[in-house]
Amino acid sequence: MLCDVCGKNQATVHLTEIIDEQMNELHLCEDCARQKSAQMEQQFGLSDLLAGLAEFEKPAKEAESISLKCSNCGLTHADFKKIGRLGCGECYTSFKKYLGPLLKRIHGSNQHMGKSPLKVTKVLKKKIDLQDLRNSLQKAIEQEAFEEAAKIRDQIRELERKFSQEHSNDTEEKDGTK
Amino acid sequence: MGLNDLLNHTSEWLKGTGPHSDIVISSRVRLARNIDKLPFPHWGNKKQSEQVLKAIEEAIQRIDYLKPTTVFKLSDIDSLDKQFLIERHLMSIEHAQKADNKAIVIDEDEVLTIMINEEDHIRMQVMQSGFNLFEAWNIINKIDDSLAKELRIAFLPDWGYLTACPTNTGTGMRGSVMLHLPALVITRQIDRVLAAISKLSFTTRGLYGEGTQASGNFFQISNQVSLGHSEEGIIDNLTGLIRQIIEQENQARQAMFSKNQAVLEDRINRSLGILRSAHIISSQETIELLSMVRLGADLGIIKDIDRRRINELFIITLPAHLQKTENKKLTSIERDVKRAELIRNKLNLS
Repeated sequence: MLCDVCGKNQATVHLTEIIDEQMNELHLCEDCARQKSAQMEQQFGLSDLLAGLAEFEKPAKEAESISLKCSNCGLTHADFKKIGRLGCGECYTSFKKYLGPLLKRIHGSNQHMGKSPLKVTKVLKKKIDLQDLRNSLQKAIEQEAFEEAAKIRDQIRELERKFSQEHSNDTEEKDGTK
Repeated sequence: MGLNDLLNHTSEWLKGTGPHSDIVISSRVRLARNIDKLPFPHWGNKKQSEQVLKAIEEAIQRIDYLKPTTVFKLSDIDSLDKQFLIERHLMSIEHAQKADNKAIVIDEDEVLTIMINEEDHIRMQVMQSGFNLFEAWNIINKIDDSLAKELRIAFLPDWGYLTACPTNTGTGMRGSVMLHLPALVITRQIDRVLAAISKLSFTTRGLYGEGTQASGNFFQISNQVSLGHSEEGIIDNLTGLIRQIIEQENQARQAMFSKNQAVLEDRINRSLGILRSAHIISSQETIELLSMVRLGADLGIIKDIDRRRINELFIITLPAHLQKTENKKLTSIERDVKRAELIRNKLNLS
């Protein structure tokens, strides 16, 4: 079979494009396939798609969002918009405001329901406890168990107070490896 | 274990065993994990990626049951071997590009592989033969727990495991099932099925993952959403969907068999005839004909060739496998000749 584009070389790459539910088959030689794939990349990369989704947000202060920078790895929000990849785990905290809605748009939810690592740092452990308490508070309120809710609320306050104290003089090693 | 040892070995997922192995080739679960605070591979410098590689290698060494695995540094592997690993579904195409401190960990049975410094620091996968997603999940879950005891993993309670791309955030999990759906393709129902799958936020990919083309009636179906559901929930949903597709494929096979038996037998036996007598054959034609032969074996139309031998042929006739078997570089035409020879030998044995 000859290449559909140049009509000269043997077609070795077989491509099916689906545009608006219309299927279109293309048989290409290696050279034409390479050109085609470069074209497609230009038209539509995953990073563009993500960047497009992030763009949707239209933050009130565009300048503020662009100069926002992760203190751990130095990736800026503008970098993220360009490459569609975060720089490190800390970026999720640095760009929390923008990532929450983005995650929701991608996954239909921004609440993790799965497993968690067994060995988490002390700080993470407290955050997890806090999250659990907040969840039970929500449940208690829904069930109108207000006495129970008040107790949980006090526990949350206590934990938050301890947390902010420790966090201010937290000198944990920055290195992620053991 | 050296890479050449894999050549004379049938991967676990190719054995053609396990539930529904007439339609389901393999089940796979992969998890994406990163070490806390260290930059993701695309953003880190050479020193940082070296640190990641060292930390993960040492962690694996501390886990007793992972000791029999072998670590291959990608800088030590030539391009033919990389292609060989991709063809065996042990490595992604992305991992083969640019080799700075990338490595791949493989166990003897090719059930577990861990890619280090791919898009995320850790990309591990467990593959099983047949329809066995829960088993794959149970194995990988245990390995993940062991690694989490040795490494500080990037994680937030609200958002789960933190990954380089936000499309993987949450569980960091992708479950996928490789299906052989010739009857749905021949009866032209496949487009309707694939359209329904994408509406349910699952994706269909080709044989070699992201961005590859479905060929030889093989389809890889996986979950798209990784946040907002538990791992078991995601696997449960995927399992339910796959069950329905299996049912549809079975119905289409039965309908073809009862309504057009002669046409079907003709097509299957002609495919076998070409494979048994061709002297020049491309890999594309091989996959298409083997697909028909496999359908013939599943339906009992072909009785003297078992599924395992057909599964093996799909892999050992691929370009890098052929060249490794011959132990030299072959041009495209040379490969087509060798491929035909190999197939004739394997299929005329019986």
